[in-house]
Amino acid sequence: MRDISRSGFRDHPSAEMLFVVSAIKRGVSLYSYQEEFFLRTMSLEDCIAHAASIGALGIEVIPEQSMTGHPHIPDDQIAQWRAWMEQYGTTTSATDLFLDTKRHRDRWLSHEEQVASVRSDIDLAVRLGAPVIRAIINTPPEVMRDAAPYARDNGVRLLLEVHAPFHYSHPWILEHLEVMHAEGGVGLGLMPDMGTFVERFPRVVSDRALREGGRKDLVDYIVDLYDDHGDTHALMDIVHYRGGGPVEMGLARQATHFIYRDPAEMLPHMDLIGHVQAKFYEMVDDTTEYSIPYDRIIPVFEQGGFSGYLSSEYEGNRHIEDAFEVDSREEVRRQHAMFATLLGEKPSTDSKA
Amino acid sequence: MYDKHILIEDSLHSSDGDRTHASVEVRMPYYRGLGLSMVEGVDLVVDGRPIPADATTFTVRGTTYPITGLAEVLDDRWEMGEPARIDFDAATPLGPGEHTVTAVVRLRISYMPVPGGGRDTKTLTLA
Repeated sequence: MRDISRSGFRDHPSAEMLFVVSAIKRGVSLYSYQEEFFLRTMSLEDCIAHAASIGALGIEVIPEQSMTGHPHIPDDQIAQWRAWMEQYGTTTSATDLFLDTKRHRDRWLSHEEQVASVRSDIDLAVRLGAPVIRAIINTPPEVMRDAAPYARDNGVRLLLEVHAPFHYSHPWILEHLEVMHAEGGVGLGLMPDMGTFVERFPRVVSDRALREGGRKDLVDYIVDLYDDHGDTHALMDIVHYRGGGPVEMGLARQATHFIYRDPAEMLPHMDLIGHVQAKFYEMVDDTTEYSIPYDRIIPVFEQGGFSGYLSSEYEGNRHIEDAFEVDSREEVRRQHAMFATLLGEKPSTDSKA
Repeated sequence: MYDKHILIEDSLHSSDGDRTHASVEVRMPYYRGLGLSMVEGVDLVVDGRPIPADATTFTVRGTTYPITGLAEVLDDRWEMGEPARIDFDAATPLGPGEHTVTAVVRLRISYMPVPGGGRDTKTLTLA
């Protein structure tokens, strides 16, 4: 009950839902603080402490980002991590695995090697106390299938990230869904990335293109086509026909990698969804993400009975670092202010009556 | 990402009196660490002259590898944000003062269909 009570009471307007506790929990992927962590202006402990300070008590970690020596991370780092979880009242919500199929210059990793790589990351998740593992989108369905028994035996679940431009009816995802349904969804599942619900082109991305000398007419064309949810398949061709250079072509390519799907498309898969990567690019204020309509996404999770973590994944840094100071803490704080409101948490006692 | 943070300020040093051996420190433009076998190269251009790959070495945590041999290294990593020292031989002695240095880091990222990495150019002062 501790986790549930910490996520606060809902102020739901309908009578039958009155005083119902939202089962959705708030968390942060430490990916969000990557700029400051890279530059050593935030330590690993600083990242955990910040998440805890804003009531985001589920900590998602990329072990090979936050720790050293992957996959054989030394015991002292693991012990320190667990001590911090205890100290800050946080819990390891998820670990993120990568599958380095191109580890060798001259050959692809064999199927058996890929399964072994996933098993090794399952061992690491267990050491860190994570119940679920993000399987990166390039993990083949047959590797998920053959790693699933080991996940089940270890009491963890491998969740395939559903990352743009993939979506729930994409052939690659359909292949995965087939494997998951055959497995029963015990050791396998899905981890939706909210980057599949980019309704409006992130202006941090188009502004960067303009700073790099991109032609305004072509930047506007790309943004307008995207915002109209037009067909972007031939966008790079069109920008090429219009004389676009590398900056405009790069922006067009990015436009084909953002997608907007109806969040309700997740509903049929809700039993498979174990964790959510709450991707965001720019919090305009404490209520609004510029591109992603969280006010219409969270009700879908409520409706589906989702009870896992909304795990912040701030990805705006790479688009503004050329010209602005990155303040990941402020971005994450704002997103959690928005989540607290959307989840119906009561204002904390120190706010004005 | 992190391109402008690849070359570390104040890291250009000469390691011999003739100033033909020098080193510079670089960080990997990526959000996680990588096994060294996936580092395809760290190319340097100093004052407009490309430094041949076989004239450079790569050092992390006290272990030095020839840049051309990184593909074979399966048991060591370049961690996120970790400075690596690149030692190189310059064709002509590097004079004291400012030098324009470009570093191109080439990475093999498994989920990306295109080459990964980044580049940075800075004016560094030889210490």
